Amino acid sequence: MSEVLLDQVTQADYKYGFTTDIETDIIPIGLSEDVVRLISAKKKEPEWMLEFRLKAYRHWLTMKIPTWAQLDIPDIDFQSIAYYAAPRKNAPQNLDEVDPELLKTFDKLGISMEEQKMLSGVAVDVVMDSISVKTTFKDSLAEMGIIFCSFSEAVEHHPDLVQKYMSSVVPVSDNFFATLNSAVFSDGSFVYIPKGVRCPMELSTYFRINAINTGQFERTLIIADEDSYVSYLEGCTAPMRDENQLHAAIVEIVALKNAEVKYSTVQNWYPGDKTGKGGVYNFVTKRGICKGDSSRISWTQVETGSAITWKYPSCILLGDNSSAEFYSVAVTNHHQQADTGTKMLHIGKNTTSHILSKGISAGFSQNSYRGLVRINPKADNARNFSQCDSLLLSDKCGAHTFPYMEVSNESAIVEHEATTSKINEDQIFYCNQRGISTEDAVGLIVNGYAKEVLNKLPMEFAVEAQKLLQITLEGSVG
Amino acid sequence: MLEIKNLHANINGKEILKGLDLVVRPGEIHAIMGPNGAGKSTLASVLTGNQAFEVTHGDITFYGKNLLELSPEDRSREGIFLSFQYPVEIPGVSMVNFLRAALNEHRKYKNLEPLSATDFLRVMREKKALVEMDNKLANRAVNEGFSGGEKKRNEIFQMAMLEPRLAILDETDSGLDIDALRIVANGVNKLKSPDNASIVITHYQRLLDYIIPDFVHVLYDGRIVKSGGKELALELEERGYDWIKKEVEETV
Repeated sequence: MSEVLLDQVTQADYKYGFTTDIETDIIPIGLSEDVVRLISAKKKEPEWMLEFRLKAYRHWLTMKIPTWAQLDIPDIDFQSIAYYAAPRKNAPQNLDEVDPELLKTFDKLGISMEEQKMLSGVAVDVVMDSISVKTTFKDSLAEMGIIFCSFSEAVEHHPDLVQKYMSSVVPVSDNFFATLNSAVFSDGSFVYIPKGVRCPMELSTYFRINAINTGQFERTLIIADEDSYVSYLEGCTAPMRDENQLHAAIVEIVALKNAEVKYSTVQNWYPGDKTGKGGVYNFVTKRGICKGDSSRISWTQVETGSAITWKYPSCILLGDNSSAEFYSVAVTNHHQQADTGTKMLHIGKNTTSHILSKGISAGFSQNSYRGLVRINPKADNARNFSQCDSLLLSDKCGAHTFPYMEVSNESAIVEHEATTSKINEDQIFYCNQRGISTEDAVGLIVNGYAKEVLNKLPMEFAVEAQKLLQITLEGSVG
Repeated sequence: MLEIKNLHANINGKEILKGLDLVVRPGEIHAIMGPNGAGKSTLASVLTGNQAFEVTHGDITFYGKNLLELSPEDRSREGIFLSFQYPVEIPGVSMVNFLRAALNEHRKYKNLEPLSATDFLRVMREKKALVEMDNKLANRAVNEGFSGGEKKRNEIFQMAMLEPRLAILDETDSGLDIDALRIVANGVNKLKSPDNASIVITHYQRLLDYIIPDFVHVLYDGRIVKSGGKELALELEERGYDWIKKEVEETV
């Protein structure tokens, strides 16, 4: 089939390329101990927080950027980045106080907060650049004892919880990007679900990168106390920029005894143009710990954006009978590169993990699954099943699978399955013959391929994710 | 409705159709028979716009429109349906979603509003009954894990849903046991009307016991070399194709 058609389908432009004209408060570019102090001062942080940042910064100076991924990472000049940008106006208390420009931006993204509040019951904590602008439903959640606020507010109002759990899952010295984040993180979300509480709504955050040359360093901490449950959604879109933008976030999840946390992401940051110019560099450290017995964590991600994705949402299965899941769809087109996967570290007894990864590569992109399953010596009766599928949409893209297994307990059962397939011209013609255009056919076929993962997403996200898959691959069949 | 004039077509540079002529009018059923490699399936592919084939010469008009200028999807929307010889599987795409997308594309082409979910499901129920389609098949992904017979029945079900003006059945009888053959043929007969037409491509006379053709054409070496009524099919069944080949060679 016609490469021409395939090309047409993948050549669509990024639909979310616009910038919002909001006054932004940016500190001078570059990174130094003074800058770290300045960030902390701007955020009026307590001394312990500053110490945490400085410790991270000093350690970061000794570290090197990791090179083991199947990625071609251009040199990043960490001194040419501004490490803090915040909308200048004071944080508003309700929608009326929100900058109208900002609201327009959300409208373009299709995130009508009003609509979401009314229709879907989603509480949205919107992070615009670095400061949390708006939190909805906070009051009704508060009545149940649920804390859902910006990270900065948590530092101010819930210092005990922050100090107890921050960096307990991702240590300060964990990796180059996590350490950098620990030094300069700007803001993010904080969630605490008290004992025995089932959070009645999906908690949701949208991140955006906006200001030119502003690195975004989000930090999210989710704590599910005993017997609690929460489903958390994170969605991302960023406006079009020529400069490459760095994003290095940390997400930490702690699930105590018998708690369950579901974390879902739809990531659609600017992937760069057709020639590979521009785009977001996304180096994210996401990790959860099933700390208590019988706790459960699941990661579901739909990754369609960013020029470079380096991301391995992982789980430490510490509690006995705990379980973890990782469901992923990663789509790369044009010159995008993704190296993504998970780590499942089995420590407790009778722990189970399930990995389902669906990679879709088009254009000239490179798409890698990288996963580690480690069964510790004392992790009796551990069970893992991994399935990694790759779908190729062109003959110039690459799909790679790097499964690592380290099994130190004989009672473990670890299974791995992998498939690679190419989108089939006969399938597309079959759809054409029924009246479905090639572009829509690719959308259908790809969504069918990714269905098992998309089915794991909460309803309101699943629809958006399906559209995104199709938009991302517009012009790419070939 | 359909007029094919002096059609020549290649695949990978090799000429398969070498001057084919055919006229189909509403209400007619045309059977195309012929030995392996005669170009029967190529004709189906060319009519539906499969880009693996290149038309080098000739014209095809469908209700006055130049078919060769239309994309495969527009040919479908104009009312040309192909029951595939080898229907493909599309894993994860439910029959419901697939057919709803297809049907609504057809409606859009005719400037009609898309069907609501309720209306669509009602239509689907009716058509399922018409072609004796199993409920569980309709709830699965497109052809995924279907047996050969189930796939063919699913083709006829899709045909019932899309209500084509011209249906092309490419070896729909191959791989069918006698019961499945009867069900498929019944479906085709029920869908027959004075306004639509069918081209039935087949190797064997067997299917034509159930679907009675108005015309039988023998395709050989890229051309229709003999046409007749339904009795021609019986003669072919009895005598094979060799005598036709001989006749052709003698005329050359």
